[in-house]
Amino acid sequence: MPVTYKKIASVTVGAGGQAAITFSSIPSTYTDLKIVASVRNSSTTAGSFPTVFLKLNGSTTTFTGRYVEGNGTTASSATRTDSFLMSVNADSSTASTFSNLEIYIPNYNGSTNKSFSVDGVSENNATLSYAQLTAGLWSTTSAITSAELYFSANNFMQYSTATLYGISKS
Amino acid sequence: MPATYEPIATNTLSSSAATVEFTSIPQTFTDLVLVMNTTIGSSTGAIQGVINSDTATNYSITRLIGNGSAASSDRVTSTTSLFLGDVATSPTIAIAHFQNYSNTTTNKTIIARGNDSTVRVLMAANLWRSTSAITAIKIQNNAAVNFAIGSMFTLYGIKAA
Repeated sequence: MPVTYKKIASVTVGAGGQAAITFSSIPSTYTDLKIVASVRNSSTTAGSFPTVFLKLNGSTTTFTGRYVEGNGTTASSATRTDSFLMSVNADSSTASTFSNLEIYIPNYNGSTNKSFSVDGVSENNATLSYAQLTAGLWSTTSAITSAELYFSANNFMQYSTATLYGISKS
Repeated sequence: MPATYEPIATNTLSSSAATVEFTSIPQTFTDLVLVMNTTIGSSTGAIQGVINSDTATNYSITRLIGNGSAASSDRVTSTTSLFLGDVATSPTIAIAHFQNYSNTTTNKTIIARGNDSTVRVLMAANLWRSTSAITAIKIQNNAAVNFAIGSMFTLYGIKAA
């Protein structure tokens, strides 16, 4: 029986952290991609929830999106013109709390623009945390061959993890 | 390695179609995941689901929606289909999870995530008030426009063991 939900690659951030988590040379043998990540940013600024972004094929342009979020008090929604994925726990958050996110990218080899779906949570047993749903669009028809998670400042902290899965329809 | 996430059937449209249906769904899995990557030629609308050809008022829906400027929630009871997501001229993603679909004891809950980056992002909790096992799912839209060529629909089965 074929394995149709397969790990392509996995990254665990080591001591000292790293600026980005990159999956390169993604094989074209699957139908959809899924990235499952557990991450924490190294910012020590009190109350900060840094944004983690997505880079596809090295590109940070032609991304748009919308998200809806709840922060424990209110629900809101906003439009983005960047590759926003979610707001994550920082080093100023409760110790050892990491934010979880799942990114689903269907038809990543197709010749249409690429839509993606993100579910993210950043619970930390404090006064503020986020649950976020994001719809993203990369308006490029190229097949996706690399994907990168990155911050605009600071690093992924040690023990952050990300795994790229390939999903086949047959 | 046992296959615990297995494609049951897939349909990539080679001609536009008003509906796509998966029938004779095997009862050998624990849950189902339906992944839809769709477009239509014009207009916008809702992707709807009909289970086992049941078009009676046996469905109810609660939604959390973000339209890019505000969050909202709405609800409808005793309606005639599932709400699975949105469809538009730009590619949209809808992913629906049918938990414990083969049991014949409980009503069925379906969680759907809709993603249209140009209109809105949403989550919908659907209920089908039937204790029948799910053996067929028909996908349609209420935009009165066919799903376009290249739209992809794949049904996966997930096994707990």
